[in-house]
Amino acid sequence: MAPKPTTNDRPWLMRTYSGHTSASASNELYRMNLGKGQTGLSVAFDLPTQTGYDSDHPLARGEVGKVGVPINHLGDMEALFHEIPLERMNTSMTINATAPWLLALYVTTAERQGVNPAQLQGTTQNDILKEYLSRGTYIFPPEPSVRLVTDVITYTVEHIPKWNPTNVCSYHLQEAGATPVQELAYALSTATTILDAVRDSGQMDADSFTAVVGRISFFVNAGIRFIEETCKMRAFSAMWEQIVSQRYGVDDPKLQRFRYGVQVNSLGLTESQPENNVQRIVLEMLAVTLSKRARARAIQLPAWNEALGLPRPWDQQWALRMQQVLAFETDLLEYDDIFDGSPVIEAHVTELIEGAQTEMERVATQGGMVQAIESGYVKRELVTSHTERLRAIERGDLKIIGVNCFQETTESPLTSGSDSGIMKVDAKAEQEQIQSLQAFRASRSQAEVDTALSALRDAANNGDNIMHSSIQCARAGVTTGEWSEVLRKVFGEYRAPTGIDISAHDKGQSTAAEKIRDRVQKTGEELGRPLRLLIGKPGLDGHSNGAEQIAVKGRDVGFEIVYEGIRLTPKQIVRAAQEEGVHLIGLSILSGSHTGLVTEIALELKQAGLARLPLIIGGIIPEDDAEQLQAQGISAIYTPKNVDLNAIMADIVDIIRRHNGLEPFDQAI
Amino acid sequence: MTTVSDTLPDPAELASSVAEGKRPALATALNLLDDRRPEARKIAARYLALLAGKRQATRSHLIGITGPPGAGKSSLTSALIPIWRNRGLRVGILAVDPSSPISGGALLGDRLRMKTSFDDEGVFIRSLAGRGEQGGLSAEVWPMCLSMLATFDITVIETVGVGQSEIDIAKMSDTTCFVAQPGSGDSIQFLKAGIMEIPHILVVNKEDMGAAARKTLMDIRAATGREYSGEEWSVPVLSVSSTQGSGIEELAAQLDLHHDWLATRNLIEPRRRQFQAEWILKRLRQEFGSFGVAQLQTQLQTAHSGLDRLIGEGDSPFEQYESLRARLLTAWNRD
Repeated sequence: MAPKPTTNDRPWLMRTYSGHTSASASNELYRMNLGKGQTGLSVAFDLPTQTGYDSDHPLARGEVGKVGVPINHLGDMEALFHEIPLERMNTSMTINATAPWLLALYVTTAERQGVNPAQLQGTTQNDILKEYLSRGTYIFPPEPSVRLVTDVITYTVEHIPKWNPTNVCSYHLQEAGATPVQELAYALSTATTILDAVRDSGQMDADSFTAVVGRISFFVNAGIRFIEETCKMRAFSAMWEQIVSQRYGVDDPKLQRFRYGVQVNSLGLTESQPENNVQRIVLEMLAVTLSKRARARAIQLPAWNEALGLPRPWDQQWALRMQQVLAFETDLLEYDDIFDGSPVIEAHVTELIEGAQTEMERVATQGGMVQAIESGYVKRELVTSHTERLRAIERGDLKIIGVNCFQETTESPLTSGSDSGIMKVDAKAEQEQIQSLQAFRASRSQAEVDTALSALRDAANNGDNIMHSSIQCARAGVTTGEWSEVLRKVFGEYRAPTGIDISAHDKGQSTAAEKIRDRVQKTGEELGRPLRLLIGKPGLDGHSNGAEQIAVKGRDVGFEIVYEGIRLTPKQIVRAAQEEGVHLIGLSILSGSHTGLVTEIALELKQAGLARLPLIIGGIIPEDDAEQLQAQGISAIYTPKNVDLNAIMADIVDIIRRHNGLEPFDQAI
Repeated sequence: MTTVSDTLPDPAELASSVAEGKRPALATALNLLDDRRPEARKIAARYLALLAGKRQATRSHLIGITGPPGAGKSSLTSALIPIWRNRGLRVGILAVDPSSPISGGALLGDRLRMKTSFDDEGVFIRSLAGRGEQGGLSAEVWPMCLSMLATFDITVIETVGVGQSEIDIAKMSDTTCFVAQPGSGDSIQFLKAGIMEIPHILVVNKEDMGAAARKTLMDIRAATGREYSGEEWSVPVLSVSSTQGSGIEELAAQLDLHHDWLATRNLIEPRRRQFQAEWILKRLRQEFGSFGVAQLQTQLQTAHSGLDRLIGEGDSPFEQYESLRARLLTAWNRD
């Protein structure tokens, strides 16, 4: 038996993904969390900041401070880290399309605190490719976006050596439906795509490139099948070691290490009996900690009530305490790897590696990850996997406690408080943010701003590293929207493939689906033409998995589906509904901005003479809001607990029938 | 209870509003033309007849854009839109996507690929499912085109070319534009095989792909190149990139040239009449078979000398179809 090592393994960085309302409110939260023993920060930015809009842009309406903190300019960034000494902090920023800009603001904030930027430690997520597949906060087309990613990498390796410039994400791939094999294959293909781009950019010599290879880190998901997830992490480590040594010729074992942070799975968290999420989160944490050779460097856990709405500080504290109990109370860190030599683990790791290698070759033959994304291949593969997962839940083959089995429950004291167990962002926050932004704009020197923006434009056009001029912009008081607008003009904007054009999922489909198909067809005949649905994603929220699954299911039961992808204004949605002559509009909103968006869409519909068109919504909609929306005339509201897509489809047919004076079928499928 | 479905529109009012270019009216008209209930068909027939009476000799141009999957037809269309809009022209687009042969359902994704300014009142996009007519364009397309032509300066029908639909699209467009996919021999085989008459304009998209695009361009030039006599339309083969915007102005100019070429020879109206006749014949053939149509033609040739003259100017395709159908049924009942 191997002896215990003499020194314990060091605990991982403990963070909580957080930020809301405003820079000062978030600063208060951060300082409270650090006081509770959190050892790093993980900044959540709001959607306008992530997609390059100022808080007063029309597209930002209703989104300011909702899913994260609004950062418009240097003043906001300074407020966010007020009295938090940056030389001692390890900050992770979930930022992608605007990563160079937020890093520029962070560096400038450090300068203003009197901190040498070379000392800074932290991570910019800066993985644009997965944004085209999941999450959706991209702005520019893939080619210039990859260039911005490599600019951040080459800049930090030279100027901020301890920074992790990019966190290649498999996290969001799992949220979009990826199997472990797909997670491995697409994340590692992304990493090689980025490293190849850096190598081929000619910006660095061999030594610096070796340093870049060593700075690549990953951001991984851990699902509930925690044995397989452990194997996945070991597979990641083994495959990365091999890639680093064989593809890039780097042999230093320290630089070959697969360094990763984790946020455990949100996809599997349930709205029904939400207290069960606590044990799910703990089990998922085990997957990324049990195996020492594949242990996470940083962990952030979701809160138990994430599927209900925004977590409160107490909910986040609970998540932090889970990590602390595992690291400090248990004996986990005293042992070497407890799986070494296990033939069971070994066999499954091998199986995952072989599957992932085959899929990586498939991507490579298409020319790499950028091409496989642009052609829609990867997205279609993910949508297919996600569709299969949902079908398995419907059939009951995939069990989710409290959702498709063991649904009986006693009323929970956790969700019955006066706040219904979630946090609400103050409705005045957006207005206050806009006022402070406008005051900031009035206070700066326009000449300096213009000079800085024109230097930025030149750098974008000439191919110079974007970081230097971005830092100049940060110092001059440029805003997030201004920085992004210059690059939008130079690079153009992009819409990614939706991936919903997968082949029909009729194989072995239930009689339920066939029954609905008959109803759809019969109703179409009675109304004179085939039934058409518009699936719309208003606002800046890019989480499109739900909308995509409804679109695919709708097509499979015989609807004609109009789906235009993410980030639409209410006006665009209503125009599409009119031009396409649809029978019903389905909206998908997960950012919490449903109330404002729905009101606006209802108003636009009225102005277009379409007030009688039925409207349904899916998303994370708290119960109080649901009641209010129903009072406004919304025909149906679906939340994460509605997992039976056939039932939703049957509902849609009946809603259309009622709105057109036909008797509903009113019979369960 | 008043409902959406039983408030079928008043055909006269609808025809006036569509001719005046009102967007909500056009949307209503397209819904009506899609409506297969007998009572809706009657109103639709009336509406089309009234609309034909109102249609002025505008510069309306019906453009068909087709080509293999992935050739970039939608992005080419969306690159053309700003050029037309800058000239003050109003643009209607009919985008046809295939239906699932199993469920009858369809994903209509073309809107997504058209990066138009959605707040522009001068652009209107309607998607249409192929609805399983053996790869061909569904019956609604022609009447819908007539409505769009009454409202817009330019109407584009865009469809993925898989066999029958190319032939269909060439049989209803003033100008047919074929978009080839670089690096794939399919397009050239297709043209060589003579499945479709040579389109009026050939486009090789994605010239940003470099060598592959240049090779396809040369292959197409070689496959289609010949001497054109002075009286013929000389088919241009263009190289463009819709993502980079290169060659798009030239394409717009060629589309214009072809329209002018047809107009100066007074070919636009006769061609459209012929398209309408063929549309009607196709419907009749579906219902009565080749035998029925042959019989009808024998009957008609006593009164008319040719097929295109069969269709009187200003008539509604639905009404003509009904009257020919009635005639055939009467003849059959008499026999």
